[in-house]
Amino acid sequence: MALQEICGLSDAPYMKSRTHFLKSTEEEMKNSTSNIENCYSLSAPPFENPMQNLNAIQQHGEKSGIKIDFDHGTTTLGFKYQGGVLLAVDSRATGGQFIGSQSMKKIVEINDYMLGTLAGGAADCVYWDRVLTQECRLHELRNKERISVAAASKIMANIAHEFKGMGLSMGMMLAGYDKRGPGLYYVDNDAQRTPGNVFSVGSGSIYAFGVLDSGYRWDLTDEEAQELGRRAIYHATFRDAYSGGIVRVYQVTKDGWINISNTDCMELHYKYAEEKK
Amino acid sequence: MSILAYNGGCVVAMRGKDCVAIATDHRFGVQAQTIDTDFEKVHQVAPKMFLGLVGLQTDILTVRERLAFRKKLYEIRENREMTPKVFSSMLSNFLYERRFGPYFIEPVIAGLDPKTSEPFICNMDLIGCPNVPDDFVVAGTCGEQLYGMCETLWKPDLEPDQLFEVISQSMINAFDRDAISGWGASVYIIEKDKITVKKLKTRMD
Repeated sequence: MALQEICGLSDAPYMKSRTHFLKSTEEEMKNSTSNIENCYSLSAPPFENPMQNLNAIQQHGEKSGIKIDFDHGTTTLGFKYQGGVLLAVDSRATGGQFIGSQSMKKIVEINDYMLGTLAGGAADCVYWDRVLTQECRLHELRNKERISVAAASKIMANIAHEFKGMGLSMGMMLAGYDKRGPGLYYVDNDAQRTPGNVFSVGSGSIYAFGVLDSGYRWDLTDEEAQELGRRAIYHATFRDAYSGGIVRVYQVTKDGWINISNTDCMELHYKYAEEKK
Repeated sequence: MSILAYNGGCVVAMRGKDCVAIATDHRFGVQAQTIDTDFEKVHQVAPKMFLGLVGLQTDILTVRERLAFRKKLYEIRENREMTPKVFSSMLSNFLYERRFGPYFIEPVIAGLDPKTSEPFICNMDLIGCPNVPDDFVVAGTCGEQLYGMCETLWKPDLEPDQLFEVISQSMINAFDRDAISGWGASVYIIEKDKITVKKLKTRMD
């Protein structure tokens, strides 16, 4: 203390080190950085009873035109076949009718053996996929084995259930390979979770299903499967205004996922047009 | 979604040196669904005059037919060809008739005066407020993007081939940022003694 006085330092609160923070200040710090420590702790909306009032506000927005235009509109597809799981997606991000990006990555690489696709609100999907990545890694460290696709999709469904009715917008597929073999699950913002062989999600899914259903067989070869996925997404980008950009194709086998191709829609269009002649 | 953006599409017209150019995309859709990629929104209404209409497709067709009727009446009564200037006044008058229940279209007119070959471009809002600038006019769902492109690329006294390049680049780069325009494009270059039509190879998504 003597040295402090010689140096002319006061004992004013701003001169104290962090450990001397008041309890309330610490509390405040914690509140304003809540989702750094805990990613599930998001700020509550600034009004009571969000389950009902959030919807009321959103509906009023539809009428008055004052609403948030989230990124929407996508085509994604995934199917299981004898060679594993195949995923194909477009890469357009729109806000209303404006094209925000033509090169978005709608397939998230969760780990070396698992992929997730995004459709719906871009921010929702990206954030919760990141959380899922973290959870999957933690599972791996705790249990000394990779998480199964079933368990990972259950985590996602639980998140969706936690926030059900709060206006999250997600439609995702999880594809991977675990000790049970290839896995493909669909999870959405209503917390619906279903395993299946063929899925397509997004505004262009109706067009993609048209191609996919007519060409799908369990015993497709790898090349046939890749071409089917690519063609289905291409046809969706042609008909659907909110899908486009690059067609990305991924495949998951017992050795993990591989990125097969990333082809511009324009290139595909003129290639297919040439083949038709 | 606005009713003017129900079907999607865009048109742009530019003035050059002794020439004008007008360009259109080819999409006809119903909101997100693309129905046709062969729907041109620019029509030749006289040997040296083109009319571009964007907005609600049903109104595009109605307005086109009704204007053709009025134009023929004028030409029979007056026994002379209609100038682009007169045509735009007629169109303005026609649209204002429906002031309280408008046609959901935005017109663009581009042409050369049949006698003097003076370039003329004009656009209007849906109830007929005319705008006759000496550089370029735009209409459609990617109007903002088109203004940005034209503002940067256009300069005075462009020759026909330069004008083609400028209008094509403006069009393509504008509708590549719009989900409901595109799927092919046509450009019309109108000169004193010839009209050139070119189709552009574009993205089809």
